[in-house]
Amino acid sequence: MSNTETKEAAYKPTSPNSKLDFASVWEYAPAPQDSKFAEVKDQYDLFIGGKFVKPSKGRYFKSTNPATEEVITEFAEATQKDVDKAVKSARKAFEGEWSRISAKERGKYLFRIARMLQERAREFAVLESMDGGKPIRESRDVDIPLVAAYFFYYAGWADKLEYAFPGKKPEPYGVCGQIIPWNFPLLMLAWKIAPALAAGNTVVLKPAETTSLTALKFAELVKDCGLPDGVINIVTGAGQTGSEIVNHKDIDKVAFTGSTNVGKIIQKSLAGTDKKYTLELGGKGAMLIFEDAPIDQAVEGIINAIYFNQGHVCCAGSRLLVQEGVADKVIQKLKDRLETLIVGDPLDKNTDVGAINSKEQFETVNKYLEIGVNEGAEVYQANCDVPENGYFIRPTLFTNVSQSNRVVQEEIFGPVLTVQTFRTADEGIEKANNTPYGLANGVWTDKGSKIFKVGSQMRSGVIWANTYNKFDPTSPFGGYKESGVGREGGMHGLAAYIKN
Amino acid sequence: MKYPDFNQTISIDEVGVEERVSRLNKRSIKKDSKVQALKLALSMIDHTTLEGSDSPGKVIQLCKKARQPHPAIPDLPTVAAVCVYPRMVSVAKKELKGSGIHVASVATAFPSGQAPLSQRLDDTKFAVNEGADEIDMVISRGAFLNGEFQLVFDEIAAVKEACGDAHLKVILETGELHTYENVRKASDIAMHAGADFIKTSTGKVSPAATQPVTLVMLEAIRDHYYETGKMIGMKPAGGIRTAKQAIQYLVLVKETLGAAWLNKDYFRFGASSLTNDLLMQIVKQQTGHYQSLNYFSND
Repeated sequence: MSNTETKEAAYKPTSPNSKLDFASVWEYAPAPQDSKFAEVKDQYDLFIGGKFVKPSKGRYFKSTNPATEEVITEFAEATQKDVDKAVKSARKAFEGEWSRISAKERGKYLFRIARMLQERAREFAVLESMDGGKPIRESRDVDIPLVAAYFFYYAGWADKLEYAFPGKKPEPYGVCGQIIPWNFPLLMLAWKIAPALAAGNTVVLKPAETTSLTALKFAELVKDCGLPDGVINIVTGAGQTGSEIVNHKDIDKVAFTGSTNVGKIIQKSLAGTDKKYTLELGGKGAMLIFEDAPIDQAVEGIINAIYFNQGHVCCAGSRLLVQEGVADKVIQKLKDRLETLIVGDPLDKNTDVGAINSKEQFETVNKYLEIGVNEGAEVYQANCDVPENGYFIRPTLFTNVSQSNRVVQEEIFGPVLTVQTFRTADEGIEKANNTPYGLANGVWTDKGSKIFKVGSQMRSGVIWANTYNKFDPTSPFGGYKESGVGREGGMHGLAAYIKN
Repeated sequence: MKYPDFNQTISIDEVGVEERVSRLNKRSIKKDSKVQALKLALSMIDHTTLEGSDSPGKVIQLCKKARQPHPAIPDLPTVAAVCVYPRMVSVAKKELKGSGIHVASVATAFPSGQAPLSQRLDDTKFAVNEGADEIDMVISRGAFLNGEFQLVFDEIAAVKEACGDAHLKVILETGELHTYENVRKASDIAMHAGADFIKTSTGKVSPAATQPVTLVMLEAIRDHYYETGKMIGMKPAGGIRTAKQAIQYLVLVKETLGAAWLNKDYFRFGASSLTNDLLMQIVKQQTGHYQSLNYFSND
């Protein structure tokens, strides 16, 4: 059986058509983003000490476009020896030029990086979509503009650290080892590198193995901007490479964004060392819709909360809790809204939901769809066509689920929403908090006082009110409970790179 | 039939509405779908003249343009209707005979609506007797803002009765209603009172039609359809001058209400200068070049 058939067989819509008809009459013609101008080399080496260098064992691994399953390029696999070289070059830069130049000069480099990112924004957006499968609308309008915004924001702090932390002499840790995930490749790089450099650290960063392309393009940009050698080192590879970074003796601080499982392993291996760490881990965000909420806008908010970036968002709103009086209405509207989501080619300007990031994740999400059905949930999927090749999953809604279901408890990291109901605010809050995670929650109500009352009782790092998945460099971001340790963004994110 | 309590307000989040519109405006409409949209928009126009200076001569010119928008391109659709003052209805009716193009007439002391109800009803009956297929009425905004929702409802119902078989479009004059929640409430009142269409504006008040207001009204139509199964039409009017804007409105309709509303029976543009911009874009799509506006008749 071919791969395509397996996928087609995976989950055909089982639900009846919603009441409105969104078919044909007037279809949008394909509107492909031009991608020819974005150059991709056949092979990328490691970026160490300001130069691109071959990996010590000479091994490379392939990277595919999840929307076509075609190989785009290959990346070097960094071994212990390569990581050691990268850490040494970061240490040399930290003890040398990077610590000698003034804070103002440090800021100027960051401003320069931000400006160069803006100049090449479209190129980065195209590559991000090609490599990771996210719709060009998102990489163009969300990811890359935010990347530049984070660099601009932290560039401004570089020479004002005494004002940020009055009463102490702010000092950097030294060499930071940073490991980032595949859902927002360049944005997570910015969240890590910008505050680290602003505070005066040097870094060794490992992008995720499925999405290393923009990090290496970024390395080219760093070279062009004349940043002193060794301040930013980028090593590619899988989990083993990450573990070499975490366990390297000369790393002063570890910053990790990724799954809770890996986070726990990292925390264990750091126990007993004097390395500092921040961990930004998984989530299972709940969204409370009250009866007095603006329903149409709430429905739109839910769409942005769970189907944004195919649901590959650690703070995704993957659990909908809706007050009983409006539950039927909300579910009906959600189903109709699902029909208008355009699923397909990430490089088409009209695509709303792109490709699942990798084969592995595609299988994980499909596994959860199966688990949900076996647990007795009712599944509703958009009636849309999906491309034959590539890893695509129809936006999915699970109703008739309960708190004890695995699809309600576990992070799926895909375009899958579970819907539960509640009667009173207390019940809604209890359900929202009844999870090992605590990264982000949302609340929809027209009443300001309710936002504060409910919001202050929900245990999560972020509470969005009448909106979801909004990011800003000035705002701290991070988790309660198993969603992580420490904060990124804002002054809190800067403090994470300053010695206490 | 049971009516909702119009004193209850359906909450609408301004920020959310505007975000939704800006997201829909990012749809990229190209090639075939663009040509199709341009022609569709043309077929949905209520080609309008509502000036104190209107004369039979001007209305006749307008009707000829409505029948044959641009002779250089043979297979163009005609516009949906010609919209005039009651006194001009008979002229338009005669001129459009056999074309399938409707005659729409504003009535009820358009644009202010500040006349006794009896006169407004007479105005309506006059237009209908002259042959109007569609009546565009205005609501009493003063009464609405004063909280007299029942009065607004009753007046619309009375005009609907006076319309007989003519279709009723109810103009909310959203530029005078100030909030999206008021727009929503006025839409609900109008639909329950018998409107076949709800319409944003007279074109005499600024702001006239806007996309966020139109989205709020489309969502009201959607809820009405969910609750009653009855399809109500939508007409944004005033301020829609370019083909690009028109296509953006069509996207709002397509993604809010779907296929059933994408035709002249359920969606109209109240506009005058839009026609020529659509024609210009259609010619551009066919020939690859923009023609000077001098090549398009100004009727």
